[in-house]
Amino acid sequence: MVPRNLKSAFYLVGEARPGSAAAPGRAWRHWCSRSAIALNLVCTLLLVSAAAKAADKSEPETDRKAFQAFFFAKFPHVAKDDFGNGPYAVNEAMRKQWKEIMEFPPYEIALDEGHAEWEKPFANGKHYADCFDNKGEGVRQTYPRFVAETGQVETLEGAINRCRVENGEKPLDPMTGTMASLTAAMAESSRGKPFAITIPDDPRALAAYERGKEFFYSRKGQLGVSCASCHMSPAGERMRGDILAPALGILAAMPIYRSDWGSMGTSIRRISTCSSQTRALPLKADDEDYRNLEYFLSYMSNGIPIVGPGTRP
Amino acid sequence: MIRAIILAAGLAFLSQPAFAATQAEAEAALAAAQAAESEAIAAKAAWTSTETALSNARKAFAAAKWDEAKAAADEATAQAKLSVEQSNEQKTVWRNAVIR
Repeated sequence: MVPRNLKSAFYLVGEARPGSAAAPGRAWRHWCSRSAIALNLVCTLLLVSAAAKAADKSEPETDRKAFQAFFFAKFPHVAKDDFGNGPYAVNEAMRKQWKEIMEFPPYEIALDEGHAEWEKPFANGKHYADCFDNKGEGVRQTYPRFVAETGQVETLEGAINRCRVENGEKPLDPMTGTMASLTAAMAESSRGKPFAITIPDDPRALAAYERGKEFFYSRKGQLGVSCASCHMSPAGERMRGDILAPALGILAAMPIYRSDWGSMGTSIRRISTCSSQTRALPLKADDEDYRNLEYFLSYMSNGIPIVGPGTRP
Repeated sequence: MIRAIILAAGLAFLSQPAFAATQAEAEAALAAAQAAESEAIAAKAAWTSTETALSNARKAFAAAKWDEAKAAADEATAQAKLSVEQSNEQKTVWRNAVIR
């Protein structure tokens, strides 16, 4: 296509000067030939550059298929619906321990607290349920969401805090405590519902997704590792005493009771802990980068059922 | 006896650090480290190890240990610069790791 266009351009240029004194001259033909080569080079460079840009541009659904295919090939014996159980889905010994732990799930107390808090009215008489679709029942799988009004991604914790502030209450710590209890109650009502994250037809939403993807694959911290460094190829392997969870479905069990913490924590608490483990200085809990990361990771897990609240070592 | 005294004095002199940092040098190193770390934080590229080195530098400075303060501050500066460098480099190379 490029040579044809150039060829016609070349002849047009050449034929535009037939009456000129230089037209039949050797110098003129030489000049035309050199111009055509230069033009050819420029057009080729432009096309190569455009192709490279097209290859860099994210196609979320293509990304998701490749992402999930990677894990289905890596763990052919793990059922798709089991990926939300993280290390317990990919390591038999840990799964046995987990089954015993789940006889008395360590998140039960938080779950009870979450349900009680959910029912408690705000000072203005309104409830959390008034802020959410379907009164907050079975909606956890649709978070994080892109909010057109703000042009930013909103996590479930962000939506709960926005609800509180709009109703005259103080925001909660988005990492733990009552927030984790509330999200536990919301997650429980979504158990079995597959992640259904949407990226609306808005360039800002795609940009947020792209930045989340960049965060996931970028090496950070003094140890120079990315989220992908631990949760893609090495997933299922040991890192010291831990089994690395696959990135697919990694947020499906959130919030979690983590034995290492001795308490409940939200997705942001876990991501923040990961940052520290790479010796990167954690960002603020509601930092846009963390929200975008959650957006990307949750979108990658579309189709994986919610299993939260969960438990982890 | 005189030889022994001269020898002891010589040894005592040699055992001192060749370039002992002054308070002003330590202060300058600490200021440079803080500036470099602020830049790293602004770029969301900071490392916890830099914070540790910076904290050690502050403690040593408060204890009037100028050499220690300068050494820790220099370490913090180097780490802060590396963290920004890492962040800039990752702005393009992360694409190489994407699963396709």
